Order: sequence, then structure tokens, then C-alpha cells
Amino acid sequence: MTLTEREMSTITAQVNGETMEVPEGSTILDACREVGLDLPTLCYGPTMTAANACRVCVVELEGSRTLVPSCSRALEDGMVIRTGTERAQHSRRLVLELLGSASELDRSGDQLDSWMRAARAESDRFGPNAATVATPPKIEDDLYVRDYGRCILCYRCVDACGVEHQNTFAITVAGRGFDAHIATEFDVALPDSACVYCGNCIAVCPTGALVGRVEFDMREDDTWDESRQEVTRTVCFYCGVGCNLDLHTQDGRIVSVTSPHDHDVTLGNLCIKGRFGWSFVSSGKDD
Amino acid sequence: MDLRALLDRPTDTEREAVDHLLGPAEGFNGRVAYGGHEARAQRQMLLPALHACQDATGSVSRGALGYISERLTIPPAEVYGVATFYSLFKVDQPGGTTIHVCDDIVCSQYGAEGLMQTLEGSGLSWEASPCLGQCERAPAVMFHQPGQGYGNAAPVDPDTVGNVIFDELPPGVVHQDPSQLRLLRRIGRIDPTSLEAYRESGGYQTLTRAIKLGPEGVIAALNESGLKGRGGAAFPIGVKWRGVADAPGPVKYVIANGDESEPGTFKDRLLMEGDPFAVIEAMTIFGFATGSIRGYIYVRGEYPTAEKRLRDAIVMAAKSGLLGTDVAGAGFDFDLEVRRGAGAYICGEETALFASIEGYRGEPRQKPPFPIVHGVFGKPTGINNIETLLAALEVISNGPGQFARTGTEQSTGTKLFCVSGAVEKPGVFEVPFGTTLGEILALAGGVGGGRGLGAILLGGAAGVFVDSSSLEMPLTFEDTREAGATLGSGAVIVFDENCDFGPVLRRIARFFSEESCGQCVPCRIGTVRQSESLARLGAGETLGTVADELDRLDDLARVMTDASICGLGQTASSAIQSAIRLQLRGAPA
Repeated sequence: MTLTEREMSTITAQVNGETMEVPEGSTILDACREVGLDLPTLCYGPTMTAANACRVCVVELEGSRTLVPSCSRALEDGMVIRTGTERAQHSRRLVLELLGSASELDRSGDQLDSWMRAARAESDRFGPNAATVATPPKIEDDLYVRDYGRCILCYRCVDACGVEHQNTFAITVAGRGFDAHIATEFDVALPDSACVYCGNCIAVCPTGALVGRVEFDMREDDTWDESRQEVTRTVCFYCGVGCNLDLHTQDGRIVSVTSPHDHDVTLGNLCIKGRFGWSFVSSGKDD
Repeated sequence: MDLRALLDRPTDTEREAVDHLLGPAEGFNGRVAYGGHEARAQRQMLLPALHACQDATGSVSRGALGYISERLTIPPAEVYGVATFYSLFKVDQPGGTTIHVCDDIVCSQYGAEGLMQTLEGSGLSWEASPCLGQCERAPAVMFHQPGQGYGNAAPVDPDTVGNVIFDELPPGVVHQDPSQLRLLRRIGRIDPTSLEAYRESGGYQTLTRAIKLGPEGVIAALNESGLKGRGGAAFPIGVKWRGVADAPGPVKYVIANGDESEPGTFKDRLLMEGDPFAVIEAMTIFGFATGSIRGYIYVRGEYPTAEKRLRDAIVMAAKSGLLGTDVAGAGFDFDLEVRRGAGAYICGEETALFASIEGYRGEPRQKPPFPIVHGVFGKPTGINNIETLLAALEVISNGPGQFARTGTEQSTGTKLFCVSGAVEKPGVFEVPFGTTLGEILALAGGVGGGRGLGAILLGGAAGVFVDSSSLEMPLTFEDTREAGATLGSGAVIVFDENCDFGPVLRRIARFFSEESCGQCVPCRIGTVRQSESLARLGAGETLGTVADELDRLDDLARVMTDASICGLGQTASSAIQSAIRLQLRGAPA
């Protein structure tokens, strides 16, 4: 590679006062993570095109009237980015507060908790009568549960079901504004929809709104305990594709199966067999 | 992709409506959808197909939705997602006639309440509607009747609202002397259904002139004229047209944005209804100058007369060789199509409008990339507001020098203002840029009934309130910007000294929460929290002190302005914050 070619393929920009060179095509978020900044993201998934909906990753870009979403804005030569300004922190805090005030986020994982604490987000500041998306969980089969009171409408499940991964198009965003929600056509039950039960929507859900039935039941019974769980990586035994499986076991039983997002065969995706076809392993154990 | 068909079948009426639009269904057996690339390329027919079904029956039934899904090979879930995005579609509901009653900023002050009370006990199917763009003759309603489509009526008397005649309204009265007018000079003075009448009044001479100038000459004239976009952003038009003309690739589009949905705004309605051929002539020049062979005019669903006038005018123009191949014998091709919105303020945002034309939910997307690079169907696209296009005609017909002599140095030409509310003579007024707010108020006969001025909402729901201290303000892009105000859509909504602003602010807040597309968090949830906070202030039940509540509103305003994807969220707090600054909150109930 000649010097000119190398120059053309990198971008020089400034992040929080630090000048850096990153490959062309990098986003602002890529650059921020490169320098070790922990910007919160919710609708962004590393295996997917940025949905650019949650706005929790906004940063200040010099010369821009508004803040810009770091997950989807491509870094350009000469850009000056600031992540820690009062204005950027204010918007990130408010986004977290707004989400927390509308959706139940208690199964969203430790990372979101730490972002909430770091931002000093107070979700209850909008009062006890603030409108929420609370709705009873949809339990329609033995494989998974759609608990949309936890949904933050990040679009990841819709994108995973559609163009990004599965090409099944069983679910959509329906309605508009605060009434917008994830739905099948006419909100029919999942078994009556085009759903193929790959569970790839579960794999990308950041808030636990989509969850395997076993995990959901255990959480409801208060027996789900990740500190007692082991993760064992193996290769799926059903076909020759070679998907990696992570078997999550608790007390010697499989409680859920995932695939690593950074795996170059699966990108975290599986089919119905790989993700759900394991109950035979502990069949008869109770007897 | 496997398309899972729905079990519900369409009725014969629904099937005929869709087939009439898409052509006969070949190989369709109700069980398998034969589509392939050809059918999928027709995705952009989704909105027209949904309209076709609803126009025929009054709603979009499960069977109709399934049939559309199969004909276009779009998954049923996606069709459902698109149909439920638009407030005019009655998805999976009983058909029949529906009356839409405007209860927005102006109509709510002028009798909407009475209409709704009458309808409530009447057994008729009705719903409240955001601004219908008939503000100069409030209160307004819109009807939808199966087999007939939409129709407007205004002003409406509560005693007769149940049996209003389903007929076209006149385009609206122009109060000014035609000798002072440019953009409005034909409104109400020539027959808008006659190409002959348009030509006799000087129509299509501008196209001849544009062809003589050539694309370069047209764009140079626009640049020289200083014409800026009238849609709200005040972008230099010559730069925009140049951008599209210079964009690489053989396929480009031009779009006329007639999705005029800003509350208190009705100027484009007058232009489209009263001078449709001018819109078509301007679009033809837009296409010619930018090298685009296809254009769309996107008209809001609440403007049925404008839509019909434009459709008819396109047919007539095409018959006379003024559209289609070899336009006017000048060797270029240009086709024009009208698209009808379906009740979504957000579709006036240009990238949302693209998504709507393409057959997707009308959700805006992040810019950049900008439309001149990545517009409708991912192609370079020029998009202008209707008023801007007619102003461009003036530049070409009279020359840029003459055009720029009107107005100020930075705001050239004339501007249309839609004056409504508490004035003697509401209507659209055309004045040179630089005319003061007080002069416009005087043109409309001043505040009605000899009362004092309360406040003026400039620019619609997305605008700002100003009070009598701003009457001397010259209305130009630069002066309003300096004063922290905006011309916005050109709406001038006047409130008299007796107005209680509490309900007005709450209606504005509700407008934004109902019209938010729901995509980004600051707008989807922020608009709702803003509404809740104003409701608490109005009820005197604040969370903490009043100051706490105002702080909360300020926080919401900041995150919506700073972090929303598009202009809707970014301006959703503008009017409310300006009212707070002017102490116009209204007394707690």
C-alpha cells in the first residue's frame, strides 16, 4: 500500500480533545470506544445496521445545530466531537429518565443500571401518573414470552426478524407516537403469524421484553439466578452449519441457549432447533 | 421471504378497488401470492392501494389488507404497520361514513366544541381531527363517505353538521386587490379547471422562457434572485436545484411538498385548489432544470379538492403535450404523479415524505445524507414547498432582478401569510418580505370586535408566540431569526385579550404527542411528558412547586430540541416555551 492510499483510507478527527486516526467508514461511536469511552447504547446492536432511534448515544459535534447520534453518524475528516459536555450529558440523562418512566427496565441488565447511575437519572421525576407502556405479558406458547411492558421500541427485534437477519417479517412497529408498539398483523397471536420461532428477536432484545419461556417462568418464580449459572460453549448437534451454542445451565439443567454475537457463522442467530430444541436433555430428570 | 397469507378474504368491492389500481390479478388463487421482483417493485403503490380500499368501503378490513399484501407481496405485518401509522385509515373497523371534526388551535376557539357535542348524541360516526387547513372559515369538518371519498365543509353550523352537503368548497377568498398580488393573482379569478384559462392568464409562458434559458440559465436566475425556501428552513433554492442537477446518476426525482399540515396554515391549499396548473408548470421547470424525468406532488389527505384539481390538471397538461415525452416539443421528458397522504403531520418532513411515497411508515431518518444525495427511492431528489415553487415561477417569468427588487436583501420576493383566529377578515395575504406583523394584522382588519391583542402565534404549532411588542417586527427570515421567532409556515394565528391560553397550550402539546411518529425517545415520550406537565399546571396539581414544573418542561424542551431525529421533535416545545416566557400560561382552573 502506498502512502497516499493509506492516507485516503483513514480519517483524522478529534474526540474530547484527543486527535485520532480511524479507518474510513468508522462511526463516531467506533472512535469513542477506540479511546475507551463508555457511551451508553440501547437500540444499537453490533451485528445490525444502527436503528438510530433511542438517542441515548448522542454527542456534541462542533458546527452541528443539534446533538448527533454517535452510533450511526459516520466520522468525517476534521470532525470535533465532545462527549462530556453539559448539553450532551443532559440529553443522555433525559433519554434514560424518559425510558425509565415509560417502560419497566428491571430486567435490562447491569450495564443499563450502571449507565443510569452514572447519568444520575431519576425516572420517577415525572410522577406516579406518568403514562407507561405497561401491558400484561403475552404468553402464547411454550417457547417464548413477549413482555411488552419492558419494550423501549428500539426496533432491533423488527430488524432482526426482517431484513437484518431472518427475513421472516412476522413483526412490525404498528401505530404511531406513544401508541407505537411491536405487533404482528392485527396483533394476532404469534403462532398464528409468520413467526418461525427462531428466537433471533430474543437474542437482540436489550431489555428482557423478549425472553425464553423457561427464563421468564424462573424469573417470575424468583428462581432465576445468574450467579449460579454456568455457560458452556459447544457446537449445535442438529445440522452441518456449525453454529456455536452457549448453553446456560443452572443446577445442572439447561435454562437457555444463546449464540455468541461475535461468531462469524451465526452473528448470534440460531434456528428454532438450536435455540429451543434442548428440553430432551433433562427429560425424565425430575422423575 | 415466505409470505404467509391471511385467512380473511377480500370482498368483491375491495378486490375490484385494488385491481382497478394495480391491474387485473393474474394467477391469484387466494392461497399463493405470485409476485417476484415485479410485484415487489410496486411497493410504492401500498398507500394508494390502502386508500382505494378505504375509499370504496370506508375502512381497511382484514381481507382488504391481506389482498393488498398478496398483490404487492408485502408481508401482512408490514402492511399492518404502515396502515396503522396513518390516522385516516380505519384499520379493521366498521366501514361507513366518518366525520372528522377539527378541534385544533383555531377551530377549538370557534365552535368545534358545539359540533362535537351535537355529533356525540347523533349516532353518527365521528372523530376529532388535527388542523384541517380551513382556519379562515372555522369550524371545519371533513367527511369520508364510501364510494365518494373525502370532502370538506366549513364553516359548519352545529344544527346542520349531521347533514352537511357533500360538495366542494370554493378555494377561499382573497381579500387583496389583484394588482398587488403575484402568487395569489389568479386565485378566484380564473377557472382552475381550465388549461385554456390558465394559458390566457399568462400560464406556460414561463416554461417557454425556462426552455430558452436552459437548465443552467434557470438555476443561475434562481441563484441571482436570492429566493429561499418557504417551507420553514429558508434554504437557498438555487443551491438546492444546482445540487440535484449536479448529482450523479441518470435517475433523479423532484417533489412538490403539498403536505401542508402545520396548524393554522392554508396558503398551499389556496394555491393548489385555485391555481393547479401553476404548480404543474413549476414542477415541469423543476424537472427540466435538474434533469429529473419524474416528479411527485404529495398532497395531504385532508385536501381532497386540491388533490382532484391537480390530478385533473395533470391529465389536461399531458393531453396538450405539456407533460410526458418531449414536453412542449423541447426534447425532454417529464411525468408527474399526485400522491395523497393519509393523516400524518410528520409526512411533511421531507425524509418522512419519501418513506411515505415508497410505501413505508412515514418515519423520518437522520440527515445526512441529504435528499440531494439520497432522497426518494435512494436517488437524488429535489423537494420544495408549493409556495416556493410558485415563487420560482415568478423568478423565471420576471427575471431575478425584478424579483429581488421586492422584499429585503436577504429575504427576496413576496410571502404568503395565513391569518386566522381573532381578526375581522381571516385569510391568506401576500405581502413583500419586510412588511411588519402589525401591517399584516391591519390587512386582516385588526383584532375582531374592537378587542385588544392577546398574542400572536407565528409559524403554527411549531412556531412561537409573540405579543404586541413584536408588531413592529419586519417579517423577514433575518429579522424573525434575530428576534428568536420564526416565519415557519407563514401561519399567523391571532388571539384577543380575552383568550385563556391554558387550553391553547394543552392543545398544542397534544398535537405533538399525537403526531409524533414514535421513532425516537425524546419526541415519543417527551411530547407525552410535556402534555402531562401542562395538564398538571392547568389543574393546579403540580409535582413540587410551579417552578419545579417549569424546570421539568425546560428539561423536556432541551432534550427534544437537542436530540430528536427531525424537526417535529426539535420544535415540539417551541410555542410552549415562548408562551411561558411571555407569561401566557393561562390561569390554573
